[in-house]
Amino acid sequence: MSAVSTTRTLAAEPLRSAPLPTVVTRAAGLAGAAVLLALCAVASLAIGSRSIPFPDVVAALLSPDASDEHAIVRDLRVPRTELGILVGASLGAAGALMQGTTRNAIAEPGILGINGGASLAVVIAISVVGISSVPAYTGFALAGAAITSLLVFTLGATGRGGPTPVRLALAGAVMASLTLSLTSAVLVFDAQTLDEFRFWVVGSLAGRDTGVMLSILPFALAGFALALAAGRHLNALALGDDVARALGQHAGRARAAAGLGFVLLAGAAVAAAGPIAFVGLAVPHLARALVGPDYRWVVPYSIVLGAAVLLAGDVLGRIVARPAELEVGIVTALLGAPFFVWVVRRRRLVSL
Amino acid sequence: MSARRVTLRRRRLSARVDLGLVALLGTLAVVVLAALVTSVALGDVAIAPLDVVASLAGAGDAADEFIVLELRLPRALVALGAGAALGIAGAVFQQVTRNPLVAPDIVGVGGGAALAAVSVIVFAGFGGAGAVPLAALAGAFVAGALLYGIAWRRGVHGQRLVLVGIGLAAFCQAGVSYVLTEGRIFEVAAAYVWLVGSLNGRGWEQVWPLAVALVVLAPAVLALGRRLDVLQLGDDLARSLGVGVERVRLGLLAAAVALTGVAVSAAGAVAFVAFVSPHIARRLARTSSNQGLIPVAGACGAVLVMLADLAGRLLFAPTEIPVGIVTSVLAAPYFLVLLRRAGRVGAAG
Amino acid sequence: MTGSPLRAEGLAVGYDGADVVAGLDLEIPRAKLTAIVGANGCGKSTLLRALARLLSPRRGGVLLDGRAISELPSKEVARRLGMLPQQPTAPDGLTVEDLVARGRFPHQGLFRQWSADDEAAVEEALAATATAELRDRPIDELSGGQRQRAWIAMALAQQTELLLLDEPTTFLDLAHQVDVLDLLDGLVAERGRTVVMVLHDINQACRYADQLVAMCGGRVHAAGPPGDIVDAAFIRDVFGLEARVVEDPVTGTPLCLPTAQSRRSRTRCIS
Repeated sequence: MSAVSTTRTLAAEPLRSAPLPTVVTRAAGLAGAAVLLALCAVASLAIGSRSIPFPDVVAALLSPDASDEHAIVRDLRVPRTELGILVGASLGAAGALMQGTTRNAIAEPGILGINGGASLAVVIAISVVGISSVPAYTGFALAGAAITSLLVFTLGATGRGGPTPVRLALAGAVMASLTLSLTSAVLVFDAQTLDEFRFWVVGSLAGRDTGVMLSILPFALAGFALALAAGRHLNALALGDDVARALGQHAGRARAAAGLGFVLLAGAAVAAAGPIAFVGLAVPHLARALVGPDYRWVVPYSIVLGAAVLLAGDVLGRIVARPAELEVGIVTALLGAPFFVWVVRRRRLVSL
Repeated sequence: MSARRVTLRRRRLSARVDLGLVALLGTLAVVVLAALVTSVALGDVAIAPLDVVASLAGAGDAADEFIVLELRLPRALVALGAGAALGIAGAVFQQVTRNPLVAPDIVGVGGGAALAAVSVIVFAGFGGAGAVPLAALAGAFVAGALLYGIAWRRGVHGQRLVLVGIGLAAFCQAGVSYVLTEGRIFEVAAAYVWLVGSLNGRGWEQVWPLAVALVVLAPAVLALGRRLDVLQLGDDLARSLGVGVERVRLGLLAAAVALTGVAVSAAGAVAFVAFVSPHIARRLARTSSNQGLIPVAGACGAVLVMLADLAGRLLFAPTEIPVGIVTSVLAAPYFLVLLRRAGRVGAAG
Repeated sequence: MTGSPLRAEGLAVGYDGADVVAGLDLEIPRAKLTAIVGANGCGKSTLLRALARLLSPRRGGVLLDGRAISELPSKEVARRLGMLPQQPTAPDGLTVEDLVARGRFPHQGLFRQWSADDEAAVEEALAATATAELRDRPIDELSGGQRQRAWIAMALAQQTELLLLDEPTTFLDLAHQVDVLDLLDGLVAERGRTVVMVLHDINQACRYADQLVAMCGGRVHAAGPPGDIVDAAFIRDVFGLEARVVEDPVTGTPLCLPTAQSRRSRTRCIS
């Protein structure tokens, strides 16, 4: 049910008027965010349908025995926490990259057809190939995301001037509607596939073992490297293509590299956990609120905060619906949407 | 590009009529009628157009009459009505927000209707089937009210409305996904078909609410058309020209929400029609008058949905493809055309 | 009719925080051209918008022909007072003639959609702004000067006695600026309209205005014919600028020549 949502773009202004100024303060802030992340990780290890007291968690990690509780911590929660950190960090970085290159503060990882391609691939995996274990979807989803983004970039690059944000958004809309119609066509007629797909498409960290995390790790790491390196270039791009060129930046190349990083990160995230909304959208805003529009800092902050936010959402999902669980994709949307609306209401909007 | 306009004046009454527009509307009326007849004539059992007319007049044979009057005609009328309602609603949203990328399904109105309907389908099961259209309508209104209320800040400006709408749509989408994971597969499958948008089994009970809504709301929207023309010059100018800016916007948006709600409750969340009909209308009509654009958009929507349903019924017969899938498939080439056009314009943007 | 057509009494206006315009009294003279000047942020545009009933005042009020403007029906106000905001935007593809025709809205009704008066007003407005040959061209294809004249034609078609304009000459080149100002001057001189405009160029304001209103910090610093009130002290108070004020050799009105390179440096002029 999604369509092109590019409206007039917003300038990326910080939420507060005075961001943390010096390098030392910002580094301290980043360390603080890392501490927050560590707390969320601890919570993720300790909280669940079965409460395990903190000392036992530590024992499970350091000197495990064969008890049930230790097994839960080691085999279920540790992989889940690791995956949550990786996926959250990927989403945060991907969002920062996308918002930086398109100068559009409502850009989020779902555009460029990545989620649609991954969904279609998973549907094909379930209905045609007959796969029904969540970790096995990962490979298909990765392939789907990769193929659609390739098509989107190819389509968007036709015509003079190469892949501008508007053209990429339109190409993304083409792929999104194609993948959506094909996916719907299969699901309408194949209820069995729908029965499996409906749980994947919600976005969840549950039921994934360490193998899932390992399979996306190389892509995510490559993506992080590109994202961190892109910070300086994104700052120049934020001033507009003309100014960027005057500053000696090659706007097209910078965008291409950022685009590749984005695809790697967003693709890895959706392949592992399904489409998760709003983390990629909201986290860069938080980062900018803390540290200002300097992307050399926004990207690292987005990485750490993204991981923290996703873990927090996952933990919340475990608490709220005890003993059942609310999938993290639903928690992030239910909380992220009001946050997004609050952001939109608070600021005077600037259109570029 | 001079419009051939004719002024009609008689004592104190006067009006100016654009002949090109009148010709276009006339042509579109014929096209709509042709699409209607074709929708009724074609199917598993092909009925010749003359026989269709005969059945309508009550003079055809019994088998034909049953197919025409009980099965195909109401379905085609639902397609016509839902398409017209969506086309008009989409045009109003785009003109009021001055943003051609907006549509009721994007800004959460469709999402609210979907959430309500899907909840009823999944949790109330088959016993609640009758409540689904009402739920959809209520969902649309609640979403519309939320949208307007949250976006209001000393008035509702187009851009903020769109952004709040995106957030609302995502929220509703999450709710829908949640509901779909909570139900049993039978109900979930039915809910999914509804979500995609389908005219299967639609009969006269769906036609009447659509007809009433169109008869009441379409003229109301047209009556506000000239005010909308002035509104598009900007809020300040519109106020200084004597237009009650907020009241006109509220009235138009309320009408658009109602039309969307009725269309969605009849046909499900059919994608793309509300978005693309105003675009087609703008290219066809070559006028900036909303009193011209809006009816043209309605006609385009009607034709689009009727033809999409026809294609869905015929292309893979006897399997019926839900109309929402056909319209989604049509979206891709449309965006492709836009992309080509953006490519020709050059490195702008 | 005698008496001022537009008057502000104790007017205080603001947006979200403090008052932008604070306790202001102002009388706009009939059939004259009034220019509102002042430094950035002094409240000129806010004052104009409050006069045009686009902003509700927090205290005090605006009187249109002696009656409180907030109590009049909006269409009646629209028939007597027209306003052109800064940088108006038109929808794509709108032609000049269609734009000017929309200015007739306050005079139209459900059954009186296009009377002979409407047609005559549009023709007159197009003629007065010399835009008749452009009538079928889309607004977005015109040059800046032509576009501004088209907008002014729309305001003219409204056929109001009062015309308020917010910086009508910004972003126009010099020739077009003079064009527009001469047009407005002609409206006052030949058609007896009352024009009020916010101008950022003090010299232009001195040239064309019958009455100059200088704003400073949300209040009227001075109001009167330019020749009476504009001198070096005035420029210093209103704009924070050191200047010599001489007589314009072409029109005889005050001409302001900034002297100091910056406010903090010593003057380097030859006195």
